[in-house]
Amino acid sequence: MQANDIFFGIFALLTLVCGILLVLSRNPVNSAMFLVLAIASLAGLFVLLNAFFLAAVQVIVYAGAVMVLFIFVIMLLDLKEEQRRKIKKFSLALGILTASAVGFLLARTIWLSGVGRNLQPQLEAGTRPLGERLFQQFVLPFEIVSVLLLVAMVGVVLLSKKDLR
Amino acid sequence: MIRLEHYLIVSAVLFSLGLLGVIVRRNLLIIYMCLELMLNAANLALVAFSRFTNHIDGQVMVFFIITVAAAEVSVGLALIVALYRKRQSAHVEDLTLMKL
Repeated sequence: MQANDIFFGIFALLTLVCGILLVLSRNPVNSAMFLVLAIASLAGLFVLLNAFFLAAVQVIVYAGAVMVLFIFVIMLLDLKEEQRRKIKKFSLALGILTASAVGFLLARTIWLSGVGRNLQPQLEAGTRPLGERLFQQFVLPFEIVSVLLLVAMVGVVLLSKKDLR
Repeated sequence: MIRLEHYLIVSAVLFSLGLLGVIVRRNLLIIYMCLELMLNAANLALVAFSRFTNHIDGQVMVFFIITVAAAEVSVGLALIVALYRKRQSAHVEDLTLMKL
C-alpha cells in the first residue's frame, strides 16, 4: 500500500460523493459548490497521473472562471423555486434505472476487457513535453481554438443584448 | 497498485452520475452543471490513458476540451439568461414552445 494508492482512494471517493451531492441537492448554489469540490478533487487525480499543468488549468479555468460564471448566473436569476416542484416518481425511477444501467455496463466492460492488465504507469510528462507537443504538432488547432474563443465572446455579447430579436 | 481500470471506472461512474443529473433534474442550470461533470469524466479517462500508454496526445486533447468547454459554458449561460429574460423561468417543463 503506497501513499499514491491512498490518495487515489481519497480523491476518487471525494469526487464521486461530490457528484452524488451535486445531483441530489435542491439548492442550485449548493450544487455549484459541490461541482467546485468535485473539480478540485479531479485536479488532485490529475496530479496523481503526473498531469501537473492540466491540474493547474483545471483549478484555474474550471473551478475559477467557469464556476464563477455559473454562480454569477445563479445569483442573477435568483433561482429559489426548486422547492415547490416535485419530480414525478415514475420519471425519477426510470432516470435512475437508465443512468445506473449505463454506468454498470461501462464499468463492467472496462473491468472485463482488461485494458490495463499489462500496462504500467510510465509517462513521466511534465509541463515541458506538453508545451512542445502543443506548439509543434498542434499549433494549428491551438490557433483555431483561439478563434473559437473569439467567436464565443462575440456570440455572448450578441445574445446578451437587451432587444434580442 | 492502482491500475488503468480503476481510473476508468471512476470516470465511468462519474459520467453516469452526470447522466443521471441530466435526466432527473428539471433546472436548466443544474442540467448544465451535470453536463460539465460528464465532460470532466471524459477528461479523467483521457489523462489516465495518456499516462498508462505513454502518449502525451491525450493531455493535449484534454487541454483543448477544457478550452472548448469554457467557450461552451459562456455561450450556454448567455442563452439561459436570454431565455429567462423572455420566459421568467429556467425550468425545462416550462419550455414547451416546440411541443406538438
